[in-house]
Amino acid sequence: MSVVLDVENLKTYFHTEYGLVKAVDGISFNINQGEIIGLVGESGCGKSVSILSVMQLILTPGEIIEGKITFEGKDLRQFEANGPEMRAIRGSKMTMIFQEPMTSLNPVLTIRRQMTEILELHLDMDRASAGERAVELLRMVGVPDAASRIDDYPHQFSGGMRQRVMIAMAISCNPMIIFADEPTTAVDVTTQAQLLELMKDLVTRLNTALIIVTHNLGVVARYAQRIYVMYAGRIVESGPSEEIFDDPQHPYTIGLLNSVPRLGEKHGTRKLVPIYGVPPNLINMPPTCAFLPRCTYKTAQCEKEPWPALRSAGDNRYLSCYVDVRGKQ
Amino acid sequence: MNAPDNDLMVEVKNLKMYFPITRGILRRKVADVKAIDDISFEIKTHETLGLVGESGCGKTTTGRCILRLYRPTSGTITFNGKEITNVRESKLKPLRSNMGAIFQDPFGSLNPRQTAGTIVGTPLIVHDMATGSELNDRVAELFNLVGLDPGMKDRVPHEFSGGQRQRIGVARALACRPSLVICDEPISALDVSIQAQIINLLEELQEQLGLTYLFIAHDLAVVQHISDRVAVMYLGRIVELTTSEELYENPLHPYTQALLSSIPIPDPKTEKTRTRIILKGEVPSPVNPPPGCHFHPRCHMAVEECSRERPPLRDIGNGHFVACIRI
Repeated sequence: MSVVLDVENLKTYFHTEYGLVKAVDGISFNINQGEIIGLVGESGCGKSVSILSVMQLILTPGEIIEGKITFEGKDLRQFEANGPEMRAIRGSKMTMIFQEPMTSLNPVLTIRRQMTEILELHLDMDRASAGERAVELLRMVGVPDAASRIDDYPHQFSGGMRQRVMIAMAISCNPMIIFADEPTTAVDVTTQAQLLELMKDLVTRLNTALIIVTHNLGVVARYAQRIYVMYAGRIVESGPSEEIFDDPQHPYTIGLLNSVPRLGEKHGTRKLVPIYGVPPNLINMPPTCAFLPRCTYKTAQCEKEPWPALRSAGDNRYLSCYVDVRGKQ
Repeated sequence: MNAPDNDLMVEVKNLKMYFPITRGILRRKVADVKAIDDISFEIKTHETLGLVGESGCGKTTTGRCILRLYRPTSGTITFNGKEITNVRESKLKPLRSNMGAIFQDPFGSLNPRQTAGTIVGTPLIVHDMATGSELNDRVAELFNLVGLDPGMKDRVPHEFSGGQRQRIGVARALACRPSLVICDEPISALDVSIQAQIINLLEELQEQLGLTYLFIAHDLAVVQHISDRVAVMYLGRIVELTTSEELYENPLHPYTQALLSSIPIPDPKTEKTRTRIILKGEVPSPVNPPPGCHFHPRCHMAVEECSRERPPLRDIGNGHFVACIRI
């Protein structure tokens, strides 16, 4: 398996009038061909900004401060954000599925127009063959009666169907990597199950790498091979998903897992253990660990030292914490 | 708390709520959206009844009918032994002080120009329950009750975090000491780490104040955690109703089974061994629902009869109700 994307020490800051927001503060991750990874965290932790940075879709006042983004052996940061190289990659080799399919599809253009545009632009197809290919793609993602529905407008599709159209667009140019940013948050659970199974089947068949960005631990538990847990702009823990769920070592990961109700638990047997406090405001953060005010394992060292760097914690596992929580849970 | 004689707080019988679709200049009625299509259930005093289903299944409409924010098309709603289905608007006020409501969006459901103290105190003024220093004391008491510092009562909603805002919503719902609280998706707009705080708060308050909850949500794991009994809705009808343990251990309706199996569990080992029932197609429109059992076009157990007659919600023992002819 070869590495498709390797991100090293990526920092994206926003210069706002209230102060500096370190939305992404030195994260590193990689993904192999055909692999599914999960990027988990709460809203505002920087997970969306991370993937937008990789695609160089950060607008002012945001700025990628430093970091190396290696995609297919090339460093993407040497290219202009709007230059021909990035434009050739975005939407073709590197695609994205957004959370809200209604706002990410253009409401005044037919699905045909929106799908063929990509194919004509990136694959140099003529209009007729692009149309045929688009119908074929819609069939692949399970849109019934694709040949006639392709001339409909987005509002004529249901939420689940619109998301299928988004998936069809994302796979249309045989991408190397797909970023799915909360792909199923806006749909119902039974539709969520349909869409996730579909995405998994497609990426397996096309040998595409898939990054699922989500706050739902259940979604990544089922599909991701590896998981990165983010908090306040940094990765606090990463590793194979079974190990992360079986033996979480960062206090935040432990807190997240203890705070969600699980299906099948008897009513009244377990009280949820919430994480006290609120996620931090990212403006002008203190240098210490951002989770410190909410942490139940903190020591004197945590109060004094800066936020710890990721350290190895076993095979393929990394952790950003001074405390060894094992045996304390 | 004015406890009723029997242990039923709410009794809903054959409730229907249709919303007309009108066309043209004469606003001629062309069809109905059958948001609730003949449902019956009860809420016992001090229990939490969960109501789950996908968007558009009628769970919010059910909550609003009980609050009498809508006048139901037909059927009866009995609250504390009194029928409230057709009580006139002007007579609803005393009734509403006995019911609280917590809404989904803590951003949209609080007036951005009012202070937190005003928001929580307004129900008390409306219902003539407190004035002057008594009002201030009660507001402070409510703030403490939901875990907010009373010193923050002069702040406006945007100065609070999402979780704190939802606490204000809870305090407002409890201001008039209601016996029934309708919780309509109270945690789905909150961050994962905050959701547990609000769930625990609701559980503690129920114990402390002896509240009865109708807990409406789409997340079955949350509903199962907090509820004593759960009703599953599909396209305006209740398809299954039983205790939350029984629902998980022995789901009988094919829709419930599919719903349970689609909920991802945060544990890769369990996930690997679970079989998933992936439903085909989508929820049909409530304007023109399929004949017979609403679920039959997507059901793997469906037979010809399913499309003919509506299956009644029947008791199959131990208070486990299911609406399916194949069970």
